[in-house]
Amino acid sequence: MAQYPTDYRYTKEHEWAARDGDLVKVGVTSYAVEQLGDVTLVDLPEVGTEVQAHERFGDIESVKTVSELFAPVSGEVVEVNRELDDSPELVNEGPYDKGWMVVIRMSEPAEFDTLMDAARYEDFVSKSE
Amino acid sequence: MTGELQRTPLYETHRKLGARLVPFAGFEMPVQYEGIVKEHHAVRQRAGIFDVSHMGELTLRGPQAVAVADFLVTNAVAKLAVGQALYTVCCNEEGTILDDLIVYRRGDEDVLIVCNASNRGKISAHVAAVASGRCDFDDQSDGTALLALQGPRAEAIVRAAGGDPLADLGFFRSAEGQLAGVPCRAARTGYTGEDGFEFFCRNEDAPALWDALMSAGEPHGVAPAGLGARDTLRLEAKLCLYGNDIDETTNPFEAGLGWVVKLDHGDFIGRESLVAIKEAGIRRKLVGFEMVGRGIARHGYPIVDLERPQERLGVVTSGSPSPTLGKNIGLGYVPVAHSKIGTRFGVEIRGKVIEAVVVKTPFYKRAK
Repeated sequence: MAQYPTDYRYTKEHEWAARDGDLVKVGVTSYAVEQLGDVTLVDLPEVGTEVQAHERFGDIESVKTVSELFAPVSGEVVEVNRELDDSPELVNEGPYDKGWMVVIRMSEPAEFDTLMDAARYEDFVSKSE
Repeated sequence: MTGELQRTPLYETHRKLGARLVPFAGFEMPVQYEGIVKEHHAVRQRAGIFDVSHMGELTLRGPQAVAVADFLVTNAVAKLAVGQALYTVCCNEEGTILDDLIVYRRGDEDVLIVCNASNRGKISAHVAAVASGRCDFDDQSDGTALLALQGPRAEAIVRAAGGDPLADLGFFRSAEGQLAGVPCRAARTGYTGEDGFEFFCRNEDAPALWDALMSAGEPHGVAPAGLGARDTLRLEAKLCLYGNDIDETTNPFEAGLGWVVKLDHGDFIGRESLVAIKEAGIRRKLVGFEMVGRGIARHGYPIVDLERPQERLGVVTSGSPSPTLGKNIGLGYVPVAHSKIGTRFGVEIRGKVIEAVVVKTPFYKRAK
């Protein structure tokens, strides 16, 4: 089952990263969403926040759980999906499009290449089940 | 490492339904099937069926059975008519809560006590010790299954399953009967804030009873519901969860359970302490609150003063999004001076103080 977009990259914490030049759009994968269930709150940083790769940049909550969001790459947050403030369910409805969370301007573009591609991520998920 | 998890007789049923199973009180239990929010709405709007076979069932029998039960708990078991049940707590000598229970008087000399799964070992030993030499005690938990059918369509579903006399049971009444040919004891009790029934049956009969309720319920839109929805439903109805809202450090008065303490019902364990606690007056109180700011309060989060956030007022005992209200709600202990409806305080969520306000409880009350 090719269920993860092949033009995206992935982290072990189940975030996806989509690159456009120096900019990387970030969200969580459909696998993460399945595990979470109904997303009830997404806590995101302000525009201008500096984030570090593999470090927490926010939180995502479902009815029963709180999980941390980890940045796939280092850089500055240049855009935040504020629609998630009032409509966190967008993450369930479209984790790869309308459920995106932040756009990061990369300070270390080489970091992007260290992320898993779709095939490796799929393998990683199947092994962690 | 955790010990081996027990399975209820409906384990295979849950697997087939695609439930997510999690360890809970030593059992492998379904936390959700299709999703907590969907299941929550199914129970509020139609009906849901829960496997709660992990709960403990303890029986007392003999001429002294009622007197023993009466001595064990704070509420007045001796006043129950045969077929009647009550909600109560069971305290220690200090007047703090060992467990909350439903006590069913099944006969003149026959009492059934239902306790929380997480407390079963403790309560079983406690009840056995008190019963020793006075009446017969039996812990029937391992051989007994418990199914809960909850929601506005519950009564119609019981009728459709051929359980007509049972469908006529009054609130907190129970009776022996049959449902689709399966022998069971039905009780008009539950833990969701909705009308509904609970069915006790032998383990081997549980899958047939589940299937009968599911098929009779299908035209009514019944859904299997897991422990996740059970928790959000009970919280909206402000029903306490042992281990969260009440435990051996809390007394029934501060927990808002003074109504199950009948100090004049004769001698019972903890009575002297409870008299003293009542006379001295409580210092803190379990209140319901709504989040004003964006955030979800969770068990264990500090409750702080809004102006002086370094001043800790109390602690959140339960917190969750409320699917029915579309708000984030919670319960927590605060000093009596901060317990009035409309009082504002802060909940510390991952280092940030988010405003909350004390509201009237239950958060949700069904229309009669």
